[in-house]
Amino acid sequence: MTDSKYFTTTKKGEIFELKAELNSDKKEKKKEAVKKVIASMTVGKDVSALFPDVVNCMQTDNLELKKLVYLYLMNYAKSQPDMAIMAVNTFVKDCEDPNPLIRALAVRTMGCIRVDKITEYLCEPLRKCLKDEDPYVRKTAAVCVAKLHDINAQLVEDQGFLDTLKDLISDSNPMVVANAVAALSEIAESHPNSNLLDLNPQTINKLLTALNECTEWGQIFILDCLANYTPRDDRESQSICERVTPRLSHANSAVVLSAVKVLMKFMEMLPKDLDYYGTLLKKLAPPLVTLLSAEPELQYVALRNINLIVQRRPEILKHEMKVFFVKYNDPIYVKLEKLDIMIRLASQANIAQVLAELKEYATEVDVDFVRKAVRAIGRCAIKVEQSAERCVSTLLDLIQTKVNYVVQEAIVVIKDIFRKYPNKYESVIATLCENLDSLDEPEARAAMIWIVGEYAERIDNADELLESFLEGFHDESTQVQLQLLTAIVKLFLKKPTETQELVQQVLSLATQDSDNPDLRDRGYIYWRLLSTDPVAAKEVVLAEKPLISEETDLIEPTLLEELICHIGTLASVYHKPPSAFVEGSRGVQHKRLPGSAGSGESVESPDTGSAAGVSDAPPAVIPSQGDLLGDLLNLDLTPPATTGPPPPATSGMQLGAMDLLGGGLDSLMGDESEPLGGDLGGSSAMGAGFGAPPAAPAASFSAPVSGGLDDLFDLGGGVGMPMGAYSPPKTVWLPAMKGKGLEISGTFARRAGVIQMEMTLTNKAMSVMTDFAIQFNRNSFGLAPAGPLQVLTPLSPNQSIEVTLPLNTVGPVMKMDPLNNLQVAVKNNIDVFYFSCQYPISMLFVEDGKMERQVFLATWKDISNDNEAQFQIKDCHLSSDAVSNKLQGSNIFTIAKRTVDGQDMLYQSTKLSNGIWVLAELRVQTGNPTFTVCLKCRAPEVSQCVFQSYDAVLKN
Amino acid sequence: MIHSLFLINASGDIFLEKHWKSVVSRSVCDYFFEAQERATEPENVPPVIPTPHHYLISVLRHRIYFVAVIQSEVPPLFVIEFLHRVVDTFQDYFGVCTEAAIKDNVVVVYELLEEMLDNGFPLATESNILKELIKPPTILRTMVNTITGSTNVGEQLPTGQLSVVPWRRTGVKYTNNEAYFDVVEEIDAIIDKSGSTITAEIQGVIDACVKLTGMPDLTLSFMNPRLLDDVSFHPCVRFKRWEAERILSFIPPDGNFRLLSYHVSSQNLVAIPVYVKHNITFREGSSQGRFDLTLGPKQTMGKAVESVLVSSQLPRGVLNANLNPSQGTYTFDPVTKLLTWDVGKINPQKLPSLKGTMNLQAGASKPDENPTINIQFKIQQMAISGTQLHTHPHTLQLQSQSSSSQLTTA
Repeated sequence: MTDSKYFTTTKKGEIFELKAELNSDKKEKKKEAVKKVIASMTVGKDVSALFPDVVNCMQTDNLELKKLVYLYLMNYAKSQPDMAIMAVNTFVKDCEDPNPLIRALAVRTMGCIRVDKITEYLCEPLRKCLKDEDPYVRKTAAVCVAKLHDINAQLVEDQGFLDTLKDLISDSNPMVVANAVAALSEIAESHPNSNLLDLNPQTINKLLTALNECTEWGQIFILDCLANYTPRDDRESQSICERVTPRLSHANSAVVLSAVKVLMKFMEMLPKDLDYYGTLLKKLAPPLVTLLSAEPELQYVALRNINLIVQRRPEILKHEMKVFFVKYNDPIYVKLEKLDIMIRLASQANIAQVLAELKEYATEVDVDFVRKAVRAIGRCAIKVEQSAERCVSTLLDLIQTKVNYVVQEAIVVIKDIFRKYPNKYESVIATLCENLDSLDEPEARAAMIWIVGEYAERIDNADELLESFLEGFHDESTQVQLQLLTAIVKLFLKKPTETQELVQQVLSLATQDSDNPDLRDRGYIYWRLLSTDPVAAKEVVLAEKPLISEETDLIEPTLLEELICHIGTLASVYHKPPSAFVEGSRGVQHKRLPGSAGSGESVESPDTGSAAGVSDAPPAVIPSQGDLLGDLLNLDLTPPATTGPPPPATSGMQLGAMDLLGGGLDSLMGDESEPLGGDLGGSSAMGAGFGAPPAAPAASFSAPVSGGLDDLFDLGGGVGMPMGAYSPPKTVWLPAMKGKGLEISGTFARRAGVIQMEMTLTNKAMSVMTDFAIQFNRNSFGLAPAGPLQVLTPLSPNQSIEVTLPLNTVGPVMKMDPLNNLQVAVKNNIDVFYFSCQYPISMLFVEDGKMERQVFLATWKDISNDNEAQFQIKDCHLSSDAVSNKLQGSNIFTIAKRTVDGQDMLYQSTKLSNGIWVLAELRVQTGNPTFTVCLKCRAPEVSQCVFQSYDAVLKN
Repeated sequence: MIHSLFLINASGDIFLEKHWKSVVSRSVCDYFFEAQERATEPENVPPVIPTPHHYLISVLRHRIYFVAVIQSEVPPLFVIEFLHRVVDTFQDYFGVCTEAAIKDNVVVVYELLEEMLDNGFPLATESNILKELIKPPTILRTMVNTITGSTNVGEQLPTGQLSVVPWRRTGVKYTNNEAYFDVVEEIDAIIDKSGSTITAEIQGVIDACVKLTGMPDLTLSFMNPRLLDDVSFHPCVRFKRWEAERILSFIPPDGNFRLLSYHVSSQNLVAIPVYVKHNITFREGSSQGRFDLTLGPKQTMGKAVESVLVSSQLPRGVLNANLNPSQGTYTFDPVTKLLTWDVGKINPQKLPSLKGTMNLQAGASKPDENPTINIQFKIQQMAISGTQLHTHPHTLQLQSQSSSSQLTTA
């Protein structure tokens, strides 16, 4: 008598048979038939044809039958909207049923039927249920609001359900509170700026009370909601922490982790000398350890989060190293994570234990795990200096095992150790050289070649070794080829007499026989260097290299801060901010940790206020003390080690080479001098200052011209030539007073699709200024210099120089206030200066910002009216054609024009460099100098800035 | 929130799907199958798999993958915990959680899933509430239902659903009032070649079976509560009282439940109650290796060590093993190279041993890896951490304390 019988039906006329049964008079038969239908549905069969027959069974007093029919309705109503209307009456009636179970069931099911026509009927019953006397019905209704919002957000707002939902936060029943919070959080996720969960001390108090009494799931919702709150001061923060701590002992691990998140965040505000701070730190460790004895998949999520926690607050788990030791039966994904955390926790105190463990792991079976274990030994050596010697000897033991992948991995990490501790462990080179033949992976080969090149003077047969690699030059991967080229040049510079032939061979291989531009260019550079000035070549190629440190594999601090705010979420599992992967990325807010007690003000301020005008905003020079500076000071200001102007080509070069070496050389030199010295890619430490992508100068030649032409044709006759993009006049950004004699004034422009920062540097001091470099702080649109600041000649007193700096928008992003604020640091031989300026947002309007008409219409409708902003432009005496012409110059495109009652309506679109579309409706009335702009955008914060650009463009 | 759930069996068939919001096509599982193919072992499938539009979070239980589909940022632990709850509920309802059991009860399964989650929000996950809403299938009830036409679905709003004690229903009556508490401790230790303990931690739980009339309010206390490093309570335990007095005070759910789990970390010295003498050697140049293993009890306070099971992953080069157990039986799987020895009970007078030779591939060099030896055993009536419960007679008349311990040694 089991349900499996429902799955075995006669194939022939199955639907037909069911139909007959559903229409049977016998209740029992009906029910059996519905069950069969449900069974077919669960395995994915299409039984939608039976819709009317099943709906007919809905009016029944039998609760089970009713539930089954509801199940069916939820699945198929969408495909049969007209039929689904038939069910509405029953729903409405059920919402009045004396039995609360039925009332709740009805309102729940109605919410799941995603048919517009049904939702209209849902509003009245839902309103009643939200105020129902029975809490069970109220809590079900709260969730139903979220469902309805998903189907028709506008309707929910119009009907005032959001307010009712907010009222439910103060409900007497904790379960209702929890569900209201859950529903509001879900709605808020699709409306990042709607400020739905308006948290104040009163609501926080209510939430904390409900926290103690609601179900485990409710606790998760409430804790996640609490984590978004920023307490006013450290006392409030402490009192919240005190009330959240008991959740650490909950049996549900999700509750525990959400509580950890709240505590980690609010801890930031507690002064470190407080007793309570220490207590809290102690309380956090045991629950985290306990998570590791749960099921493997829970462990995995916990470990990913612990990884973040130990980076932020290593003191919490510093004594718990042993719990991260790998168990033989852990799934591989747990093993790899544990290994990572072991290294993070490694210190002088426990390094012996860790190394013993790692050595064991290196003899395991799983190849991936073994590799990572070997790599971990290398990382330990770099992290804990005292252990380096022991690590090296452990690695040598491992090399003796002759297991191929172990040897290769060991060589890769020994190379890193050499870079961290130069001239200390070179005695092992002999052992390494013995294993030369067994290396077959590019990374290991490249590492070995680097070692041979770097220590060529100590390896007697270095030339022979390198020559052996050279035989199969063309079959090697690029990584190995580049390394080989560099190594041989190093060798040549060290032992010029014996290796002349070798170096010529490799240079010609690289420049003549290779298709790879990187390799070819590097070959030419060496060639030219060597032939022009061997002394300079020696200085460049054998330059002192920066040491690498363990910091290379730490998460960048601001990202870490953001991730700490997302503990327990997918973001914490991927170690990426939610904006990087959340579908649609609907203007996700960046969360930041609150500052500690003393410096509360530096916390991100709420939404954009009234920003000052773009062009005439006084450039605020940041005071040289204060909290804001902290961020900027961390910027690495080392200029990309420019090695002077490119050496002139000599007659020894082939003609072809000269072309190739044209303009790109100096930027190449700037960026690659480090790799020339011996960079091996991935693992080595690249100072942040070197990170500037070298591609930008070239980019200015591409694309834009044709774009402009297309637009011309598009608009047809009547419209004149579009003018160039508007660029505000230069203003003084850094007065000489604050810049120790350096005055900087500048502006921004978009020329041929490239954003440019145009500056005039004036030296008003008495001495010569040199070594200029520039850095930007993170900003709203990721603006970053696309190349180094090109001030090649020293700036003598009273001299001015015009500099144009191309910018790109691939830098790190952080929301600024106002949105278009940019904080800049400029360095010269005297000091580092900080100032901030505001760029007109029209710089970011891209050339392909013209939307299709249809798309425009659909998008306009799609964006909710909340996101609409209206502005007035006064005193503008232009005709509508002139307006659209002028705006087009700044990449604001007119898509359609309509004339109603003497009023011209222009529909316009523009796109920001980060993909945000802004739609506009511009009303121009002939004779009236005041225009009205209506802006619609999914990220309404930008509206204010966009309006300012409108205003500025039209008035200039 | 949780969008959909797919159940996938060992052979890769999706045998059940449930959607709480709009329908997600089952083709989304293809990403899961891809990940499954890449994993060498079924349990190595990563728990969180990203796809272009969804995230798949899966757990493997009873050889069934429970794959949840989510679309927005949802705490993964929330999803995993919920999936565990689904598995527990199935087990509770049907006795076992197998594909056959789920298919046999597909209607109940569907009703349960519908009741547990509403629009992705957990609705009722407590077993006693669910049981009031949907009665578990029993043979008797199925017969009665067939005859009378009544249903498995409760008509009344479950009483516990909204009370302050959602885990307990009102009006419970028993003729025999009884309550049992089982202390089960599992010790997890890694011991190195020379016999010294690298790590040892104890994971303990107190499982209860309470059958008491009315709304009983119980208190329990530990002889030595200081031992416990970290405790996780069933929601019924009053946390304030524990904080202040180290006393467990609670209104228990009706029936079986886990009262608390605790953790005793390696900082407290743990005496491992068994020892192993081993001698596993391979000689260079010979195609034979020696295997010699002897087990013995230590510090068991006179309690017998039972259900001993030894397993060892031998090196890849081993072709077969010729061994001689002094008691029990052994098997060697030449494909996975796993040696298992079912020892049974350890007799302290005559220690069990397993001796013999292993044959290596001819000409193969000496294997590098050291085999790990994994020992599982049980000791009844002993809590290894020394945990002991006190009872408070004025609230609870009947107390039976049976405690068992389980120990895994790797």
